[in-house]
Order: sequence, then C-alpha cells, then structure tokens
Amino acid sequence: MREITLHLLDITENSVSANAKNIQIKVVEDLSKDLLQMVIQDDGKGMDAETMAAITDPFVTSRKTRKVGLGIPLFKEAAEACNGDLNISSELGKGTCIDVRFQYSHIDRMPLGDLAGTVLSLIIAHADIHWQFDYSYCSHEGDRNTFEFDDQPIKETLGDIPLTEPAILSFLRESLYEGISSCINPN
Amino acid sequence: MPTIKSLDDLKRIREEALHKRQAKVDSGSIEIIVGMGTPGIAAGARETMKAILDFIEKESVNDVIVRQTGNIGLDSWEPIVQVMVGNNPRITYGRVKADVARRIMREHVLGGNPVKEFIIEQ
Repeated sequence: MREITLHLLDITENSVSANAKNIQIKVVEDLSKDLLQMVIQDDGKGMDAETMAAITDPFVTSRKTRKVGLGIPLFKEAAEACNGDLNISSELGKGTCIDVRFQYSHIDRMPLGDLAGTVLSLIIAHADIHWQFDYSYCSHEGDRNTFEFDDQPIKETLGDIPLTEPAILSFLRESLYEGISSCINPN
Repeated sequence: MPTIKSLDDLKRIREEALHKRQAKVDSGSIEIIVGMGTPGIAAGARETMKAILDFIEKESVNDVIVRQTGNIGLDSWEPIVQVMVGNNPRITYGRVKADVARRIMREHVLGGNPVKEFIIEQ
C-alpha cells in the first residue's frame, strides 16, 4: 500500500467486522519526537490469546471468502521497516487496540496520505458506528495542536437525515479537512 | 483548539433536507456498496469511494446510502461496487476506478441505465 492511511482504512475494517459499536482513531504527528503514531481502539468482540499470538501471521484470518489475511502483517512490516512497531492488545468480549508507530523522518516511511478523506469515508460508510477521531500535530519546536471529532452530536442533531445528504457531506468533509489543516498551520 | 463547525449550521441543513424531502416525489432509495477489504483497498477502492462521495456532493444527489464492506470474494475484479436502485436486483460492477465510478453515478444512479461493460455476470 502506498499510503499509511490506506493501512488505517484496512485495519479499521477489522474493527467493523468484529461488530464494534464504538471506534476511536487517534493519529499523532510529532516532529519533536520524530514520531508518527496511530491508535485504533474498538469495543468489538476481541480476540483470545491463541488468535492474538497468531494475528501477525499472514496465514491467519477470520474471513471466510479466502484463507489468507494480510492486513495486519502488511501494516506491521511497513512500521518495522521504519524503526517502528505494531502492538496489539485485545480482550475477548471487550475489544481490541492496535498501536502503530513509525519513525517520522525515516526515509522509507510512506506518506500519511489523505487522512481526512479516509476518516470521512469510514464515518459515511459505517453510519451505525460511533466514531471518534483525535488528531494532534506537534512541530519541531514542540508546539502542539489538537483536533477532536466526535460524530455522536452530529448524528443526534440530524436524526433520521442520512449522512450522505449532499449538504451534510460538505459539512463533514470541511470539518475534517479544516480541523486537520488548522493543527498543521495554526495561522 | 479548533472545534468542528457549529451544530447550528447542522440544524439548518437538517431543516432544509426535511423540507426538500417533503417536496419531492419518492423515487425509491439507492444503495451503493464499495468493497473495502485489503485487495479492494490495494486496487484503489478508497479513490473509488471518494469519487462517489464527491459526485453526491457536487451534483446534489439525494436519497443515496453509501456503505463499505469487507471482502466480497472477487479479488481479481477489485475495486468492486454494487448498486441497488429501489427494488431492482443488485448490480455488481468490477474494476471500478474513480472514472468508472463517476460514470456509474451519472449513467446508472442518475440516468437509470447500468454501465454494461463493467458489470460482473455472476
């Protein structure tokens, strides 16, 4: 995959398949610590110890249409190639948390890609899930700005109007793009 | 800290949407599903999804539900898009890059004519 956000999209689909009702995505770009971090936390069905141990093996998958799963192994390999790592913690019946780190300045680190567009796609296409998205950007000088997005108040306000209503799509897209870019360029 | 745009904006959008809904004749709902498993994403499904959402926004297409799903099981045909208009049978499209997605939106979703050369016969 050419962008880290494509991995994010891929991994998050696992949380959806695990019947998560609440999914939280945290993205940290911290230039002062030379770190790019992503945390995906869900309250899905979780995994037992045996599945956990085998999860980064490319020949393990919960899918039925094919027997080979590549999502997590691919993401882990990408992170490890950039002095980073991928850690999974999971509890059966409670949920799963995936924490991925990359060395920000690593020459092999693929670009983050279209973060706002990826989050928008997830929110729209899985409207029955409660999404929280936290983004933070910290400059070389240590100035940190954060953007928090929670789709709960939006959905409560909208009631039965679908998120694919054109004006609402614009609202969501602009909120996400502006929220992220205002952290990177506060002025 | 920047906050999201105000919920008052959203309330206004809701009122307008409800008003529009009352005014128009019900044409039946449209559902679009994009396959977003690992092979789909690797083949460009996110750009396909983006093209669909952009089209809805720019052309003000109402009453469309867009969903994404995991692996559909037709890996060599990815990206895959399925379209259901009202009670018509579901149509499955293969190799739907962004430009094909825009054609499907214009010709099938808006125009009612499926884009034959990209349909997967099952």
